[in-house]
Amino acid sequence: MARYILRRILYMIPTLFVISIISFIIIQLPPGDFLTTYVATLRQQGEDIDASAINALREQYGLGQPVYIQYGKWISNILLHGDFGLSFEWRRPVSELIWGRLGLTVFISLVTILVTWIIAIPAAVYVATHQYSFLDYLISFISFVGLGTPGFLVALVYLWFMLEFFGVNASGLFTDQFINAPWSLAKVQNMLGRIWAPILILALDNTAGIIRTVRANLLDELNRPYVETARAKGLTERALVWKYPVRVALNPFFSTVGWTLAALISGETLVAVVLNIQTSGPLLLRALQSQDMYLAGAFVLLLSALTVIGTLLSDILLAWADPRIRLEG
Amino acid sequence: MVPKHGEQTLAPEVSIPSTPAVQAELAGALKEKGEQVYVAPQWKLMYWKFLKHRMAVASVFVLAFFYLVAIFCEVVAPYNPETFSTRYTLAPPTRVHFFDQAGTFHGPFVYGVKRDRDPETLRPLFAEDKSVIYPLGFFVRGTPYQLWGTFESELHLFGISAPIDQQGVFLFGADRLGRDVFSRIVYGARISLSIGLVGVFLSLILGIVLGGISGYYGGVADNIIQRMIEFIRSIPSIPLWMALSAALPPTWPVVRVYFGITVILSLIGWTGMARVVRGRFLALREEDFVLAARLQGASEMRVIMVHMVPSFLSYIIAALTLAIPGMILAETGLSFLGLGLRAPAISWGVLLQEAQNLRSVALAPWVLLPGAAVVVSILAFNFLGDGLRDAADPYAR
Repeated sequence: MARYILRRILYMIPTLFVISIISFIIIQLPPGDFLTTYVATLRQQGEDIDASAINALREQYGLGQPVYIQYGKWISNILLHGDFGLSFEWRRPVSELIWGRLGLTVFISLVTILVTWIIAIPAAVYVATHQYSFLDYLISFISFVGLGTPGFLVALVYLWFMLEFFGVNASGLFTDQFINAPWSLAKVQNMLGRIWAPILILALDNTAGIIRTVRANLLDELNRPYVETARAKGLTERALVWKYPVRVALNPFFSTVGWTLAALISGETLVAVVLNIQTSGPLLLRALQSQDMYLAGAFVLLLSALTVIGTLLSDILLAWADPRIRLEG
Repeated sequence: MVPKHGEQTLAPEVSIPSTPAVQAELAGALKEKGEQVYVAPQWKLMYWKFLKHRMAVASVFVLAFFYLVAIFCEVVAPYNPETFSTRYTLAPPTRVHFFDQAGTFHGPFVYGVKRDRDPETLRPLFAEDKSVIYPLGFFVRGTPYQLWGTFESELHLFGISAPIDQQGVFLFGADRLGRDVFSRIVYGARISLSIGLVGVFLSLILGIVLGGISGYYGGVADNIIQRMIEFIRSIPSIPLWMALSAALPPTWPVVRVYFGITVILSLIGWTGMARVVRGRFLALREEDFVLAARLQGASEMRVIMVHMVPSFLSYIIAALTLAIPGMILAETGLSFLGLGLRAPAISWGVLLQEAQNLRSVALAPWVLLPGAAVVVSILAFNFLGDGLRDAADPYAR
């Protein structure tokens, strides 16, 4: 097991390296370097910045030097000092801006995965064991619609629905009086009253695919002889289904948890923009619009790295649950 | 060696002469469909299997309709998508009637519309003026346009004879600037539906080349390409897409942005295709007929193009169809955020930007209708792809 984990971690290093290169390319994409833009913005606002400060910044980020040196400085600043560069729009270090946002993104993503499983697995087992029943058709229909409807559209319709029928502006994570209030029990309660919406919308997006896959897998498994054997031995139907075929049918699904995570973070970005939730999505969008590239690059880097680490964790869990995987070599 | 497919066990025993005349005679002799199955060519088996998937068949018609509309959008749209008029700001969908108040049948017609303002909220109010009747006709003359930028005409599929400043027909209502939402959706179909095809075509090329190398040669190349696919699939695509498309210069003309976006989408979207192609190559590499071709001295290119590709073409078409919705969704999402296509380009995503403004949505929920067009076309592509995938392997079950 230790060997398996070690090997997977070693595999991860080149992946993270490529991710860092892509993020760095993204930072370099807009014309002109970051400092020129920064100084220009400051001048525009009637402020002046003295030459020594500019030179210090230039030295710190290796601007004007060959690209690989710039990359080296950028990545070593991140790895050694946790310094992701400066956000010229916010005039603060990027690292002060991102962690809270990322935390909320991770929190929402993890809760969404749990909610998705709580909804999808029982639903899939039900439709597979009650094939062609009314609920089978109903759930299949809903999941098809879920498959065709992107989360951000659902979010738009949800906003309209709340406004039209309840007169509530449901965008944002807090109602007006709590937006700038300090954290308190009431504020948390206020948030809990709002946060279920993005989670359910995202879960609906993912549930559809999971129900379809698990249903198909389970239908295959239910026809296997071992199910017949178990039934002949007198196991109750419930114990039998949950104990054997469901576990087998869920296997391929757990092994793609990494992709689910990637899809989730993608979807979350858009839904958060629509619902105006203070996760990484809206800030990333803002940063891209104003070409605040160190901030945008940090988000792309960290969101991707998080997904890769999440995938690693899920792989390790899977290997722990299924000896075939860790022994495969 | 155990033959995998039915046709290989049959082939030595029932040798069927291959001239079309003889085949037709044979097929005629075997009246029962159950028996025709044995002599039908593979494409026919696929066709029969496809017909069994009702939703897929229905989707063919839905998509054919959508694409016809997209191709002839200038004719189908009653108005120019850019024509705006403050008179019709956020006008609700015009209702089409068949009977007037007295119950007399007129054929399809619309009433004249009176515009008022709510004295308190200043919200515009639209009411039907039941004394004026504008019959709705087909192929009426309206605003002139150039079909595909070349043919000049002023015939529109439907409309009323009155000019728009006098009375407008807004099947799906009007937006904040008083532009006809229906016309805009129809024009948007052209970009939204074609971007999926172009993007999928680009990713098909990447997918076939890389997936083919991976599956055919195996070894180190396979390993590298597999790692690449895993890598691309494991990073969240939308943040990456957002960052890349934000880098497209805002000064670019619409057409160039359009191709820029498709290239960006397919750079990430080819992985699904490559997986299918690789899987098929791996499966076919060991088949007897490939070995036979190779032993006869066929070149690698010939083995691939003449012997292998035709036998997995159906899988590729199915995978292609299933990849289109992702492309359409991605374009819609990006344009919705303002990072993809931008006005004056019209795509469903661009139109949905209007819905970002909660006030617009509250006053005029019909600005959400481009979303409905997206959902319907994506569902149709999903069903069609499902049906094609089932039909691609007519020997399964």
